[in-house]
Amino acid sequence: MNNLVGHGALLVSLPFILLGVLAVPVVMKRGREELVTIAYGAAYANFLLVSAAVAAMITALVTHDFSVSYVAQVGSRATPLFYTVISLWGALEGSILFWAWVLSLYTVLVVTLNRGREGRLLPYATMILLAISLFFAILLVGPANPFHLVFPVPLDGPGPNPLLQNHILMAVHPPLLYLGYVGMSVPFAFAVGAVLSGEAGSNDWIRLNRSWTVASWGFLSAAIIAGMWWSYEVLGWGGYWAWDPVENASFLPWLTATAFLHSVMVQERRGMLRLWNLNLVTGTFVLTILGTFLTRSGIISSVHAFTTGTIGYYFLGFIAIVLLGTMGLVAGNSQGLRSTGRLDSAASRETIFLLNNLFLTAFMFTVLVGTIFPLVAEAVRGVKVSVGGPFFDRMTLPMIVALLFLMGVGPALPWKSATREEMRDKLLPPLVGAVLFLAVGLAMGIRGFYGTLAFFFVGYAAAANGREFWIGMRARQQAHGEWAGIALLRLIGGNRRRYGGYIAHFGILFVALGITASSSLRSEREATLKPGESFSVAGNTIRLRQVWGREERQRSVVGATMERLDRNGRVAGTMEPRMNFYPGSEQPVPTPDVHSSPLGDLYLNLMSFRPDGSGATVKAIHEPLVPWIWFGGGVIVFGALVGSWPGSRKRGVVEGTIGSARRDAAA
Amino acid sequence: MNWRRALIGAAFVVPVVGLFAFSMRFDPRDIPSPLPGTVAPTFALEVFAPGQPPLARPVGDTIRLADMRGQVVVLNFWASWCLACRDEHATLSAVARQYAGKEVHFVGSLYQDRTGPATEWITEMGGQSYPSVQDPKARVAIDYGLYGVPETYLIGRDGRIARKITGPADAAQVTHIVDSLLAIAPTAKTAAPVGGSQ
Amino acid sequence: MTRALRVLLLVSALGTLATSALGAQRPAPPDSGASVAAPRTSGDSALEARTSAVASELRCPVCQGLSIQDSPSELAQSMRSLARDQLAEGKSPDEVKAYFVSKYGEWILLAPKPHGINLLAYAVPVLIVLGGGAVILLAVRRWTRAVVAEDA
Repeated sequence: MNNLVGHGALLVSLPFILLGVLAVPVVMKRGREELVTIAYGAAYANFLLVSAAVAAMITALVTHDFSVSYVAQVGSRATPLFYTVISLWGALEGSILFWAWVLSLYTVLVVTLNRGREGRLLPYATMILLAISLFFAILLVGPANPFHLVFPVPLDGPGPNPLLQNHILMAVHPPLLYLGYVGMSVPFAFAVGAVLSGEAGSNDWIRLNRSWTVASWGFLSAAIIAGMWWSYEVLGWGGYWAWDPVENASFLPWLTATAFLHSVMVQERRGMLRLWNLNLVTGTFVLTILGTFLTRSGIISSVHAFTTGTIGYYFLGFIAIVLLGTMGLVAGNSQGLRSTGRLDSAASRETIFLLNNLFLTAFMFTVLVGTIFPLVAEAVRGVKVSVGGPFFDRMTLPMIVALLFLMGVGPALPWKSATREEMRDKLLPPLVGAVLFLAVGLAMGIRGFYGTLAFFFVGYAAAANGREFWIGMRARQQAHGEWAGIALLRLIGGNRRRYGGYIAHFGILFVALGITASSSLRSEREATLKPGESFSVAGNTIRLRQVWGREERQRSVVGATMERLDRNGRVAGTMEPRMNFYPGSEQPVPTPDVHSSPLGDLYLNLMSFRPDGSGATVKAIHEPLVPWIWFGGGVIVFGALVGSWPGSRKRGVVEGTIGSARRDAAA
Repeated sequence: MNWRRALIGAAFVVPVVGLFAFSMRFDPRDIPSPLPGTVAPTFALEVFAPGQPPLARPVGDTIRLADMRGQVVVLNFWASWCLACRDEHATLSAVARQYAGKEVHFVGSLYQDRTGPATEWITEMGGQSYPSVQDPKARVAIDYGLYGVPETYLIGRDGRIARKITGPADAAQVTHIVDSLLAIAPTAKTAAPVGGSQ
Repeated sequence: MTRALRVLLLVSALGTLATSALGAQRPAPPDSGASVAAPRTSGDSALEARTSAVASELRCPVCQGLSIQDSPSELAQSMRSLARDQLAEGKSPDEVKAYFVSKYGEWILLAPKPHGINLLAYAVPVLIVLGGGAVILLAVRRWTRAVVAEDA
């Protein structure tokens, strides 16, 4: 029954989507523009049908309907309900279904929210979104079909991958990632739609998309941070980023999306960089598909890789079509993409944004080349090589530091141009912050070249961004006589995009500090202990109390109860790193235990134990400032939230732009 | 139609897509070992599981690769926690018995395991016809470039690794290789001491 | 102000080149004092630091992209112990790495050896920064000169 409903719904969606895709160009060419509602109707129909398929799948999972191939693959009667539900996106076919559903939801939202402001843009954008849906629908009825009938029906299944059952973040990371990934289809659709509808010369498509792009970027940022946090809490090595191909796959579109977010401001104000922005948004979209390809084609082995055969070719074909299609479009429509503006001076925010584009793009290509380089080496030399942490760290650190520098200088410099006096007034004061942070860093023990530079630039950027809030707040206080807090809130509310951006900058700074401190100042110790023995790392003393074991429904668990001792030797708390043994898997899955405080984490991992409980080997890592990474992630998301909050329609964006330009001049 | 842009675009897209399409044929997890063809690393390990007559060796005895010079050696790495090792256990025991009395030695080397559970595992599996040795700190395993278990190395009379089998060994495969290695008559070359100790 | 811009670009380009060429290590190797407490004591800390440095560049064969320094798996720990013993015997880090490459192939190195086609991976970022920087320099100059020409 579930198979019938699910597969049937997806099959039926195909003609609807196709109708919508074909209707738009036909209707627009013939001048019967009122008939674009056909495409909108197709979008609604698609959403309903894919939702039905998702409902069928969730029903099948929860009722343990093992006649459905996907359920037979990831389901198990022993798995708790929560993890059963989230296994919807745990393996290949389910994740494609989920992607298709989010895409159909977004398409419907785009159509609904933009009704009445259509012009020629919305129909074409809808067409592109439906075309992308078409690709995923084809996958779902073809190579990625989750609704195959399994006969004879098995009594039970293997359950999801043990790694996916260990932590609540597993519920959070994939949906966030998809919301972000799929969200990037929308600005892409609008950008291409703008070229198709002949409106690439105007900035409407940017305006219509601004909130959307910022929100998707926010989701993507949250997903990456959540992934890092999951990796940190679950994988047992005390790190949060291993430059694994799938981590890189989520990071690449984030880089170009960040570049795009900034670069469109130049297009809006100066009419420049149109072609470049089209490239950036296309690149972002293609990178989301590429990332999906890399992890689903079996071409690169990674933590996430889903092994499969032919589906990779489908993705590859789609990527080729998108890239060639967009390039053909660009080649045929160069008129609308010409720059209409000009730069007043090199010492301006525009230039900083250009440099920002440069470093983010270079960063993206570095990570991309590094990630696919094993393929290149194999194709050329026939030898397998690895490209891992040491390579990426070495090559990207300079760019990261450069970007931190730009994050400080950018908000300080005004648009258009700055006189010597203005530059002195804006660029010099934040140096105080820079020196202060540098001093703190040195006091903490930071010694390396990049570490000290990072602290210096972070301090500068914090002061520069903070100053923007301060100046704006003071201006309001003088103008309206408001309390400081009210002035600040009104300031942010009055120009959400700008100040949301500055808040997000602060989030990035927290993350940067957390990463710098936890990698430069990390210390670790490993000890083999009998119960009652203790050891210490970086001033934290830990004592083994006992080694224990217990049986759970889907796994056996062995744990070591460790006590944290304070200076006087009294017990300040307990920690329990564990090892989980799953029946289907050879290697145990470790669950480390982490004690977090604002200044850092104490991270314990159980390495091995004596079966009779007489001893255990425990690794303890002290990681300063790691919680700042997660906190910074929250600040980034908050900034994205503020930045994407729709302004009141009455004022419109033009006024907002002029208003902020006035504020720039006044500041 | 700006052909220059279109061409630049295609010049970038086609090689990249082509590279991916080409790479789809390879398995990223299949890492070829540099050892086959090279001289087998030497080892001297202590027996913990004696095996069964006529291939048995006493517990505590030391099996040295050098002692087996000029003969064919089948070195199998296994562990009691390894599920795939169960698949090949009976096979290897049977094949080893087949070659009893011939110039072939089967040796099992325990990998990342303890002798207690390993011995129990052997009993549970109905016995092992050839002896197994311990490899403390996995030094020999690393010397053989082990990625995981089970892995089997077939060493010829000349002391070189002729073949590495990753995953459960297949009877037909092992007998085929052993037969071809046996067929290579011992020469003066093979009388030289085994290398591999750096 | 194009002078300031030029200086900025030059500094960033040089910085990128210099650090890539120098092959700077990852930020300071972790202070990995070996086992403390009653039952197991360690050797000297300098050896640990050298072991960590080498281990950070070797890939764990049974993990996904982790180094044998970071990986909690048993094989990684065994390899790390072997690396430590070899360093204690007096082998250089390069010799230790060469040993592992002879057993596991080039794949065991986490950063590809910088020669042959591998240089491409190292060159691309530098080329982009330099090339892109040059493009920006020229573009900015052209755009600002256009302003001057218009105003004249």
